[in-house]
Amino acid sequence: MSKTHVTTTINGDAVEYLCEVDQSLLDVLRDTLELTGTKEGCATGDCGACSVSLDGRLVCSCLVLGVEAEGKQIETIEGVANGTELHPIQQKFLENAALQCGICTPGFIVATKALLEKNPDPTEEEARYYLAGNLCRCTGYDKIIRAVLDAAAEMRGAA
Amino acid sequence: MESVQYHAPQSLEDAVPLLKEARTTPSRILAGGTDLLIQMRAGVKTPEMLIDIKKIPELTQLEMGADQIRLGAAVPSAVMDENAELHQQLPGVVEGMELIGSTQVQGRATPGGNLCNASPAGDGAPAMIVSSGQCVIFGPNGTRTIPVEEVCTAPGRTSLADDELLQEFIFPAPKPGQSDAYLRFIPRNEMDIAVVGVAANITVDASGTCTAAKVALGAIAPTVVIATDIAALLVGTKLDDDTLAAAAEMASGLGSPISDKRGTTEFRHRIAGVLTRRVIKIAAARAGERLQ
Repeated sequence: MSKTHVTTTINGDAVEYLCEVDQSLLDVLRDTLELTGTKEGCATGDCGACSVSLDGRLVCSCLVLGVEAEGKQIETIEGVANGTELHPIQQKFLENAALQCGICTPGFIVATKALLEKNPDPTEEEARYYLAGNLCRCTGYDKIIRAVLDAAAEMRGAA
Repeated sequence: MESVQYHAPQSLEDAVPLLKEARTTPSRILAGGTDLLIQMRAGVKTPEMLIDIKKIPELTQLEMGADQIRLGAAVPSAVMDENAELHQQLPGVVEGMELIGSTQVQGRATPGGNLCNASPAGDGAPAMIVSSGQCVIFGPNGTRTIPVEEVCTAPGRTSLADDELLQEFIFPAPKPGQSDAYLRFIPRNEMDIAVVGVAANITVDASGTCTAAKVALGAIAPTVVIATDIAALLVGTKLDDDTLAAAAEMASGLGSPISDKRGTTEFRHRIAGVLTRRVIKIAAARAGERLQ
């Protein structure tokens, strides 16, 4: 079976790749394109570690086929910082020590960015529900939620 | 999953030759993929061809008409949830879909996929049934329309032929004094599979008397149970506590629920009654608000 040629946009850059039909977008990002910031946790859509934005929608890249990315706009964790300047969400995750092992962090940051684009001033409850699909086995979530609300405040102030 | 073919037709017309091929090639329709891709990876489903329906315009449209609401089979839940008018017209249908999975899953999961996955615990179907949803089924010979309740025939099985796909849902716009609701029980607050789910569609008049009702229960039998006896009991009453208690008792006697890690058979029977009473109240309150 020959591979499928896919043309897509990742973090604003035109990207082409070849992939098998059964390869997930997550596999393509990590193994073919070496964008290893996006993590694999469960590979069944339960943990959110592989979160990316697909045409402006937050999705699990393990539940998207590489071939489905044809003509789409994809944003990954690699596109969040501006060069060497951290995004306020990243900065607040650091300041609040909202991570320990770090495997869930890229997914949390991508999901938080999607949350704050939709709702710049979420309540704690709204943030917790929105991020319910991102699992963290280290922090107990409190520090993450504090970082999210802090980032939201900072971004509202900066706007 | 070796040598799977992938096709993403741009129109229903382009899908016809693929659907014809699906008569002889084991195939699956790919909507949001939140069930199918996991089943394929687990080796539970082994299609040789995937037909991705998300590029077909009719399947991704949501049209709020004065008389009817047309919901494409491949509209993501997140799009349904963001539509204020849909919330107003069919709150129960939105509730069923928005309960499924995380934000990430909501961005992909579709009503057509939820129905055709045919899980006994699917959250989408009960409300679509009580709100009198019809399914437009497309195939090489044209379309046919069947009620939502005629799609699932057994766990994981549907009445669709190998060369057919679910194109869209059509719901009648609710009348004044009519509304719906869906409630489910899960052991945690978010992201789990229904232990029991109950939907109700209630019509009330200005005196608060119920003039029409439909109740459907999910996860208590291989397919959704439509509780016609409960509906008949409600009509003509003011949905007082005694009537609702009788309805709850009837609901607790329905179906043949399984025992599993989420709940025992006895618990499922009991919770079916509790949810039935509550969901009728919610639907009736919404119906009353739609009288003004």
